Amino acid sequence: MDTILVAVAALSGTSLICGLTLVIADRFFALHEDARIEQITALLPGINCGGCGYAGCSDYAKAIASADAPLNLCAPGGIAVLQALCRFMGVESAEQEHRVAIVLCGGDDTKTVHRFRYNGVADCAAAASVAGGDKLCRYGCLGYGSCARVCPVNAIEIIPHRLAVVHPDLCIGCGRCVRACPRGIIKMIPAIRTIHVLCSSKDKGPVVKQACQVGCIGCTLCTKLAENEAIKMDGALAVVDYSKPLENEAVIEKCPSHCIVRIPASRHENHSCTLSA
Amino acid sequence: MRSYLLLIISAVLVNNFVLTRYLGICPFLGVSKNISTAFGMGLAVIFVITSASAVTWLLQTFVLNPLHLGYMQTIVFILVIATFVQFVEFAVKKTSPALYKAMGIFLPLITTNCCVLAVAVLNIQMRHTLLQSVTFGFGASAGFALALLIFAGMREKIDRAAPPLAFRGTAIALVTAGLLGLAFMGFSGLVKM
Repeated sequence: MDTILVAVAALSGTSLICGLTLVIADRFFALHEDARIEQITALLPGINCGGCGYAGCSDYAKAIASADAPLNLCAPGGIAVLQALCRFMGVESAEQEHRVAIVLCGGDDTKTVHRFRYNGVADCAAAASVAGGDKLCRYGCLGYGSCARVCPVNAIEIIPHRLAVVHPDLCIGCGRCVRACPRGIIKMIPAIRTIHVLCSSKDKGPVVKQACQVGCIGCTLCTKLAENEAIKMDGALAVVDYSKPLENEAVIEKCPSHCIVRIPASRHENHSCTLSA
Repeated sequence: MRSYLLLIISAVLVNNFVLTRYLGICPFLGVSKNISTAFGMGLAVIFVITSASAVTWLLQTFVLNPLHLGYMQTIVFILVIATFVQFVEFAVKKTSPALYKAMGIFLPLITTNCCVLAVAVLNIQMRHTLLQSVTFGFGASAGFALALLIFAGMREKIDRAAPPLAFRGTAIALVTAGLLGLAFMGFSGLVKM
């Protein structure tokens, strides 16, 4: 009998000491945070994509609760999250433009010239650091899929002949790929736009022609056709100004190097939410 | 002094808990996907094992042995280990929420990491003194952290190297772990205790 009592007492004593230690530790490490932060975090999608510009969903929630960050920054959340946030914060109305990523390069392996055969690790940053990449064009998509790997929803496909293509319907607009691309040729654009200049080469016409069959040669033809300066020249490169409407489809036909293309618009629409009383 | 150094070297390299004794394989495979998480996990395990080996030794010597409760060793040791793990969890949650999230379930699972209990039990079986126990605990956990870091570094590289489809993921990870274990066998005979 004594043995059992001693055993029970010893174990209980040890447990008691351990428990007390933990209670003290819990007090010591207690988190003092705004109760709203946790509630707002629960409203957000929780995929921590970083598209809002904050370190993650809880960081964005903190910014909303304490620093009055705008409510329309969560691209993946879309209308549902925007509405929930508006309701929670008591904001009357907010608007959100749906943006998707696009890879501004159309030069796959069949259309571009290579300087050497790259045989290293399949990563764009690594490939770019070897003498500026294996493609002759210094601006082109390397196609080793660094953007596709960081995409949380697998919206980027590396098509055969090594070229990254964003599927606008799948893209949630988080912008991770924009930061992952060592060439900086992935841009966020309004989801409703359809006409794009698929080239990022700032080289002059003859140089581009040598490197790629579908590169912008800087002929400025499209800038004259596009109404209201919707396409502008940036040096020797035609760039679509996405802040202005571009309807004239003639630019697609007339482009001598076929680098202006029409990509079907994403089915996403711009969101707006209004609280009705 | 020399014997303590040898104790550490033997625990880190010669009798590495993961790669030679095959203990703690679960977190070794689970938390080794990237270096920063592996580093955090390594630090957590070092803290838990080192402090747990001190406390378990004290308990064994001053509570269990005098009361002839040797058979309660496992349950008492697990209790102590669980307390330390919970303590680490509080600390990590407070200081680095990102690390807390990255380690996920593997942080509370340190409790059931056989590596931790093994160190505590081995300390008693090998009749270590208190100082030797702490040294051995530190060496063993440093060995665990070292193996975890090396393995995480290799896995980060493997992920980028595009292995054949059939080998991707756990398969190539296990092959790598085996080769790493083989490499650590090269240390056998380095220290004679």
